[in-house]
Amino acid sequence: MNQVPLTHILIVSTALFFIGMYGLFTRRNLITMLMSIELILNSVNINFIAFNRYLYPQRLEGVFFTLFIIAIAAAEAAVAIAIIINLYRNFHSIDVETADEMKF
Amino acid sequence: MSASAVVFYILSALILVSALLAVTSGKIFRSAIWLLFSLTGIAGLYFWLQMEFVAAVQIVVYVGGIVVLIIFSIFLTQQSGKDLPAPLRGRALFSILAAIAGFVLTAALLRGYAFPAAGHLAGAEAADNASIGNIGAQLLSTKEHGYVLPFEVISILLLAAMIGCIVIAMKTKPETK
Repeated sequence: MNQVPLTHILIVSTALFFIGMYGLFTRRNLITMLMSIELILNSVNINFIAFNRYLYPQRLEGVFFTLFIIAIAAAEAAVAIAIIINLYRNFHSIDVETADEMKF
Repeated sequence: MSASAVVFYILSALILVSALLAVTSGKIFRSAIWLLFSLTGIAGLYFWLQMEFVAAVQIVVYVGGIVVLIIFSIFLTQQSGKDLPAPLRGRALFSILAAIAGFVLTAALLRGYAFPAAGHLAGAEAADNASIGNIGAQLLSTKEHGYVLPFEVISILLLAAMIGCIVIAMKTKPETK
């Protein structure tokens, strides 16, 4: 583990973040946009774990932040999929361009 | 280059390539499977960093929970064999430019930043510090540096999310239509 500098791990997580951002910009399907958001959240988690392991190995704060982010990501995915299914029921499509009215 | 470093670069390549395929694949079901590979690779990265508990949580929650939920919703909402519409050309171009510009800027900043040297503990002691026993004791501790209040708040949040999902996805009754 010590042979790899911290910067390389951070560059991997940066690349993952911008891949997720690219997906969020280009996709128009709600489920694939949700996948991009999961990628972005995971890149943040990698950062927390790497900082905890490399800079403060005697502490556990990075682990706790990661665990809470994973819990919030699970809640967010569940609510998002409930909204997507409700949207599909109303519009028969989950393309963001067709969902152009908020209330019937 | 040692074996550990080789393992790290292989894992990074797996994560990044499958993430890239997950956001560019034309079929939504393949996209979900590539996301699954990417999340598993991230769990492998946590194992490589000797954070076994976080790796286990990653596999249980992401691979076992969120990806399965996403696949279910794909089956519920559309034909999985159908191709997704390709992104608009101009939008794709500017998204690539924005992503590359952001990546280059951040990577340059990371290259130039001098991180302090690693902590004092050796690898074996550090792995012991991140053991499940220590994590659980500090997570439920009410003393200083204890995380029992965020733990309770997150449990309320999960309850609220569960009730919210039921309310949102509930079918309206026939007589109210």
